[in-house]
Amino acid sequence: MAEIIQEEKAGGKKKAKKHNPHIDMTPMVDLMCLLITFFMLTSAMSKPKIMEINLPERLKDKSIDPPKIVASRTHNLILGPNNKIYWYTGTVKPEDYNNLPPLTELDFSTGPNGLRQMLLERNRALFKKIEDFKNQVITGKLVMSQDSVLKSISKLKTDDDTGPIVLIKAYKKATYGNFVDILDEMNICGIARYTFVDIAFYENTMVEHAAGIASTAPATTPNNK
Amino acid sequence: MPKIKLPTKSPHIDMTPMVDLFSVMLTFLMLTATMNKTEPAPVVTPSSISEKKTPDANTMTLLLSKDDKVYLNFDNGPDTLLKYRPKILTEMGKRYNIDFTEKELRDFEKYPSSMGVPITKMKEFLDTKDLKIRTALQTGIPIDSTDNQLSDWIFCTRTVNPNVQACILGDTKTGFEIVKKVLDIMADKNVFKFNLITTLEAAKINLADIQK
Repeated sequence: MAEIIQEEKAGGKKKAKKHNPHIDMTPMVDLMCLLITFFMLTSAMSKPKIMEINLPERLKDKSIDPPKIVASRTHNLILGPNNKIYWYTGTVKPEDYNNLPPLTELDFSTGPNGLRQMLLERNRALFKKIEDFKNQVITGKLVMSQDSVLKSISKLKTDDDTGPIVLIKAYKKATYGNFVDILDEMNICGIARYTFVDIAFYENTMVEHAAGIASTAPATTPNNK
Repeated sequence: MPKIKLPTKSPHIDMTPMVDLFSVMLTFLMLTATMNKTEPAPVVTPSSISEKKTPDANTMTLLLSKDDKVYLNFDNGPDTLLKYRPKILTEMGKRYNIDFTEKELRDFEKYPSSMGVPITKMKEFLDTKDLKIRTALQTGIPIDSTDNQLSDWIFCTRTVNPNVQACILGDTKTGFEIVKKVLDIMADKNVFKFNLITTLEAAKINLADIQK
C-alpha cells in the first residue's frame, strides 16, 4: 500500500512540473542568419575561368627556317598605346625599310572601326561555317557529344585555307588587358591561325610614327610615308 | 448570454521550419563555398568568352600586379600529402645556400596567398608574424637578368612537380613589358603553354552586320 501512495505522489509531481514543450528558437535563428550572411559575403561563387594559349616554341636549331606562310594572308596586328591596334598585311622585306607600309588604326569596339568588324570581314567564310555547324547542333539536326563538337570545330579550322593568318605583336606601351582582349577576339571571330610573336624593330618605328610618339629608335631608322 | 471564451493564443511563432530552412542553406553554402583568396595586390582580371574552369591542382600562378611586381603561388590541390610547397622551398634554399627550419617550411606550406618576397628575405618573412613587416617585404620576385629568381622558382617547381601548369593572373592595366619579360623567362624554361585567368563575359555577334 505504501508503494501505491508513493507512486501517486510521483505522478502528481510530474503534473505540476509539466511545461510548454516549445523551445524559443529566436536566438538560434539570429545566429544562423549571421552565419549565412557571412558565408554569402566571403565565398566566391563563380570560379574564375581560364583561357589557354600556346606560344610558338623556340627554334633550337638555327639552320632550320621557321615555317613559311603566305604573305597575302598574313595580317600583322600590333597592340599600340592607348588601347589602339595598328595593322598591315604582308611582310616587310629588308629592301623596303625605307618605304614601310602604312598602318591602319583600329580599336577594341564592335563598331565599324573595330577589330571585330575587320576580322569578321576577312574570316567570313570560316566563321559562317562554324556558326552553321553550331546552329545545327543547337537545333538538334546533328546530335553529338560536346567533345566531338569541339573536335569538328577544330577540324573546320585546320581545313580552312582562305582565312587570315594573324600575327599578334605588342608595342611596349600596350597592357596585359589588351593582350587578353585581342586573343579573346581571335576566339570570338573563329580565326583558325594566329600566334603571338616578337615585334620587329621597324614595326616599333611604324607604331611610333602612327601614334605620334617621339621615336625611341636610332635616328637613322627610316620613317614610313 | 455567456461570453465565448476564445482560447488565449501563445504569442510565440513556431520557428522550427525556419530553422530547418536556414540549416539547409547554411550547410549548402559551407559545402560549396570556396573562400575568396586575398591577394597581396589588387587584381582586376580581364574578361574573355572562355568557359574553361581553372584547374584545382598542380598549378603555379604568376600574379602580375599593376605596379609591375611579380608574385608567385603554388597549389597542389586538396591532396596535401605530397607537400609540394615545402619541397619547392627546400629546393630553392639549396640553390641559394639558405637552410630553412621545419617551422619555416610549415609556415610556407600554410601561407594562403601569393608571395613576392626575394629569396634572401624569405627567412625574415616567414619568421615574423607582423603583417606590416610582411607587407613591406613583398617587393616582388626579382626578374632581372642578373638576379633572375623567377626562373629558379620555375625550375624548382618543375623539378618537384613535373605536371605543374602555369597560370597567369594579371591586372588589366599591367604594362606589357613585364608580361613579355615573364613570358620570355618561361619560354627559356620551356614553358610554352599558359592559362590566362579571366572572368567570363558573353560576346554577341550579329551575322547580318558582316554580310555586306
